[in-house]
Amino acid sequence: MSPRLKNISELRSLRQSLQKSRDGNKPCITICAGTGCHATGASEVVEAFKQEIVNLHLEDKIALRASGCHGFCERGPLVVIRPEMICYINVETKDIPQILSETVLKGKVIDHLLYQDPRTQKKIIHEGDIPFYKFQQRIVFGSNGEIDPTQIDDYIAIGGYQALEKILTEMKPEEVIEAVKKSGLRGRGGGGFPTGAKWEACRKAKGKEKFVICNADEGDPGAYMDRSLLEGNPHSVIEGMLIGAYAIGSEEGYVYVRNEYPLAVSNLSRAIEQAKEAGLLGKNILGSELSFTVKINRGGGAFVCGESTALMASLEGRVGEPRAKYIHTVEQGLWDQPSNLNNVETWANVPIVIRRGADWYSSIGTERSKGTKIFSLVGKINNTGLVEVPMGITLRQIVDDIGGGISGGKRFKAIQTGGPSGGCIPESLLDLPVDFDRLQEAGSMMGSGGMIVMDEENCMVDMARYFVQFLQEESCGKCTPCREGLQQMGEILNRICKGNGREEDMGLLQDLSQVMVDTSLCGLGLTAPNPVLSTIRYFRDEYEAHIKEKRCPAKFCKELILFSIDPENCTGCGACLRICPTDAIMGEKKKVHQLDPNKCIKCRACYEACKFDAVLIR
Amino acid sequence: MPVDLQAVCEIIESHGYQRAALIGILQDIQVKMNYLPRKALIQVANSLDLPLTSIYEVATFYKAFSLEPKGRHTIQVCLGTACHVRGGARILDYLENRLEVKSGGTTRDDAFTLETVNCLGACALGPIVVIDKKYYGKINIHKIESILKKYQ
Repeated sequence: MSPRLKNISELRSLRQSLQKSRDGNKPCITICAGTGCHATGASEVVEAFKQEIVNLHLEDKIALRASGCHGFCERGPLVVIRPEMICYINVETKDIPQILSETVLKGKVIDHLLYQDPRTQKKIIHEGDIPFYKFQQRIVFGSNGEIDPTQIDDYIAIGGYQALEKILTEMKPEEVIEAVKKSGLRGRGGGGFPTGAKWEACRKAKGKEKFVICNADEGDPGAYMDRSLLEGNPHSVIEGMLIGAYAIGSEEGYVYVRNEYPLAVSNLSRAIEQAKEAGLLGKNILGSELSFTVKINRGGGAFVCGESTALMASLEGRVGEPRAKYIHTVEQGLWDQPSNLNNVETWANVPIVIRRGADWYSSIGTERSKGTKIFSLVGKINNTGLVEVPMGITLRQIVDDIGGGISGGKRFKAIQTGGPSGGCIPESLLDLPVDFDRLQEAGSMMGSGGMIVMDEENCMVDMARYFVQFLQEESCGKCTPCREGLQQMGEILNRICKGNGREEDMGLLQDLSQVMVDTSLCGLGLTAPNPVLSTIRYFRDEYEAHIKEKRCPAKFCKELILFSIDPENCTGCGACLRICPTDAIMGEKKKVHQLDPNKCIKCRACYEACKFDAVLIR
Repeated sequence: MPVDLQAVCEIIESHGYQRAALIGILQDIQVKMNYLPRKALIQVANSLDLPLTSIYEVATFYKAFSLEPKGRHTIQVCLGTACHVRGGARILDYLENRLEVKSGGTTRDDAFTLETVNCLGACALGPIVVIDKKYYGKINIHKIESILKKYQ
């Protein structure tokens, strides 16, 4: 642990000595210990490495680092051996002795731990050559693999807090705001509001004190970029907030983080403590005029608290109900004081903008969307994980090149972006460049960065119902259009999925949507119709099949399908019979089985268990 | 069960009797006692000098709080979008059927409380079920049966 730094030159000399002591040629084993890999056994792998290194007396020769999320969650636990960047996937504890004795000591690559490209069947040795990583541009997320998030020294050694140094020595607050404006950085939480303009408004606003807030209430289901940043590189968020505080003139910051993210809370708490001890948070930071503290507030599990005014109400210890924003939060926010709120990814971009300059930053991306964006690419895709790409990349590149296409040889149907308030984009629009404005034109939105891929077995009416029911549950109930509108939409979609849809239902859904868009109080109600409108726009035929023919083309909606066993294909193996939870399947061994539709609860267990395609869904 | 009011007071004190810390206070009580007992909420109202309705307003608004005691094991079925497209809802259907309890409820023998969560951010492992904070990924009905056995 570093001593308290009294001034900028002490920080500089600490960085130099840390960089000197980090021998770039010394083998370093990096293990991804993000939540995804953690769930598949990363902590056991870390422990096994520690033990084996002691056993082989290699403590001085090898560095071991449990890092934040590397992104390729599908193949965890992930191990990367530096400096060569040899990447091993799905590593288990039994592989550890071999990795140490073969790869680390003798430089030999272990074939069965390598990633195999499913298209070319070729094994790939280096992390950067794996297609999942090759097409990314990881300016924000890339550092995760280089640092142990629990060690402030690691962050300082890779150039951390250099942007803070720069603003304290060469930039006035107004110049910082100018640089952020010039960079073109827009809010990564969903709204896409220009960050620099927000800061400027907050700086100019009058108030007793001002607050800087980090929104880490990442409520969008299927999105976990912010969690991985907080877990894997918490100091980058703190440094971003420090720069924001300097620019705006604030001495107090809050991070509002989901309670469902225990590792993020713990890594961030530790980072704040370390920053305090190092004199990077607190009074007169590095001997300057800047004083700033950061507190963590854990959320209570309410989606609406991602909305800025609801979040601030929750920070005050009240229920998270939004208010009308005729007075902006930059003027009157938390405790009615000027408050500047940005999301985790936005804050993590700030030190990069300052360190590398606005011109460099704005050279990435499209005309009105600059820099990169981290997406969580999930659902029916081969390479699930977190991907950071330059703005303007096409959806097709993300799905095919990075994501490796649809899993299980199925056909692509749609990609959903923007969280529950986003829209579903069909195959015909896959060449759409990803930026704030283009996604909105297509009836969806950037949102915080969830990208959920759906295949032919997903029903689009059911997806619309899923999102509407999600939002119905999460609506705070304060304003009528959102509370009642979602309730009605949910009922209509429910009856369509059950085969009781009426001819006029689609028109009714569109009318309701318009009222909600026109009259809802906050962003939740305002954007809630998106999943309904976009699915009607692009998948009208599926709605019509449900309403007119009482048929679910994806064979998903329970009330519209029947299970049976195909006597031609059934071998009488008994796999379906054993797994059926309601004893709906009968039959003797090696003879064709029968399924009793009256007992069947349509749970699909038999369909998934059958290896002979003998379970039919009609 | 008697409610340890001493512990409740200590939690309130650790938050400096701040109204703004109400959510944090309730979170700490919930961690300590597994739910929010009425007596504890009355204590919070008295200590913070707030009407009891204000405490209940917050305690019932946020999903993280439970006013009922929970079972010995908590099963959380993730219904985030990634888990939904991979069949998370079917897993919930199955568990509701199997345990004879609706989501949010506790089984008659107090063994399990069944809950749903919006997203755990481990989407690569979907569909996911978490039992007492242990993650079980890529779940199907076959797997869930053998996992349940460990807890019975």
